[in-house]
Amino acid sequence: MNAAWFRALYTGGVIAFLAAPLIVVAGVSVNSQRSLVFPPEGISLSWYAELFVQSDWSSALINSLLIAIGAGLLAVAIALPLAVHAWATKSLLARALFGLGVAPFMLPPVISALGFMVFWISFGLYGNMLATVVSHGIFLVTLPLVTISIGLADLDELMIEAAQTLGADRRTVFRTVLFPMIRPYLVSGFAFAFVLSLNEYIIAYMVAGFSVETLPIKIFNSLRYGYTPIMAVVAVMFAAISACVFGLVGWFGNLPRLLGAERT
Amino acid sequence: MTSAERVGSSILTAAIPAAMLICFFVLPFSIMVAVSFFERVQGAFFEPAFVLSNYERFLSPFFGSVLATSLLLAAGASVVSVAVAYPFAWMLVQFRRRGQTLILVFVLAVLSLSEVIIGFAWSSLLSRTAGIGNLLAFAGLVDAPRSYTPGLAALMLGLCYLGLPYAVLVIYPALSRLDPAIPEAARMLGASPLRAFLGTVVPLSRNTISGALILVFVFSLGAYLLPQLLGRPQHWTLSVHITDQAIFQSNLPFAAAMAVLFLMISLLLVGVSMLLGRQRS
Repeated sequence: MNAAWFRALYTGGVIAFLAAPLIVVAGVSVNSQRSLVFPPEGISLSWYAELFVQSDWSSALINSLLIAIGAGLLAVAIALPLAVHAWATKSLLARALFGLGVAPFMLPPVISALGFMVFWISFGLYGNMLATVVSHGIFLVTLPLVTISIGLADLDELMIEAAQTLGADRRTVFRTVLFPMIRPYLVSGFAFAFVLSLNEYIIAYMVAGFSVETLPIKIFNSLRYGYTPIMAVVAVMFAAISACVFGLVGWFGNLPRLLGAERT
Repeated sequence: MTSAERVGSSILTAAIPAAMLICFFVLPFSIMVAVSFFERVQGAFFEPAFVLSNYERFLSPFFGSVLATSLLLAAGASVVSVAVAYPFAWMLVQFRRRGQTLILVFVLAVLSLSEVIIGFAWSSLLSRTAGIGNLLAFAGLVDAPRSYTPGLAALMLGLCYLGLPYAVLVIYPALSRLDPAIPEAARMLGASPLRAFLGTVVPLSRNTISGALILVFVFSLGAYLLPQLLGRPQHWTLSVHITDQAIFQSNLPFAAAMAVLFLMISLLLVGVSMLLGRQRS
């Protein structure tokens, strides 16, 4: 067997392994009956409508979206000034802050989840949606921090110098040169944080799981009472949202570069 | 002062994010460490005190077996994931950029899937009615379809599914930076593709492999839902017990003590992997 065949077979095999559960879930989600059967018996999209009709599911959907948008915006708002500062000064303080921003993401999430839980208990916001938004925002700050830093590293400093020579002050340079050039990295940082917040379970659960149900929490809670195809619908939808978001990032930006590849 | 410094060096730009991170990240962790020395109060959360009893519970045989289970499961998942991901990442690097992007989008989408969804999907796939059981029966390999979950094998499979995309994304950047001229030179000198790979790429990226093993290990240690959805109670890991103590046993001080231990282990391992990464560059 020659090398090209082996390569196709191996990569194909790994991709098939990664895709297999998604294919089964997609099949299950179009069952016409409330049953866990694959291949599906009778094709029907009614369960997709149920997600929006059944109020407990649709309210979980709205919670998830609100939290993900809020957390993504917060993460970007913290990451942008921090990344710019670290890029401009390269000081020890800036690097320490950068490390602090990357740390939550490197650790097992249950540790941060418990930290956030005792924190919100101490300050009386335990069980509040705001607690979930802020916790997610801090937890996911790593992603915009890394993407924006990559964008800044690629920046041509001569452009900034030119603007300054022409008399632009700090604010004008930021608004007219720096910001437009790093905007794509800002958007992809938001996109990454948004998708991961949508899928995040343990922090949302420990900070406010009993009062603010997100979709992952809702799925886990309903698994205890048995099966409904709406779970499969959510799984398919989440996979589709992630694929779309990352697809857009890959289409408009340089995904290999964003993930740290240099020689492309 | 460089032009960059003139734009972004104002201390004010760093003050707000610094305050946010200290308030919402350093402070929660400090409170958690403090709570680990507190006393448990029935019916409430906790009461300030300074006791070591929460840490003394680590010495029990039960806790020892929980720790051993967590470490063994994570180690197994990490070795399998890296072993599968490494050749995959190398092949991925050879693709044209468009193909690379396409596969990376897919890998990222799988990576970001919620653990609930992964657990649910695998329990469907391994169930009696909707997956492998059916397929095997249809092919006549077994007499009647049966369920393969919950169990150790199902849990391992789930953990590897969780770790594999992560391993790919950890290994891929390092391999993409490797100079392709080196394995090419080996090929020119008559080595087979496999031999060129094993003789040049693997030794050159030894630190990448050890770094990836550690990072995937820490990542798998964090799995929280899979042990509950695909495993049996004896497979519950440290992550599961921390949450169980915090929420269902309402023993936050003990949960905090476990989390502090967990934090120490993870920080140590992540630190080692960063050192390995530095040597590499």
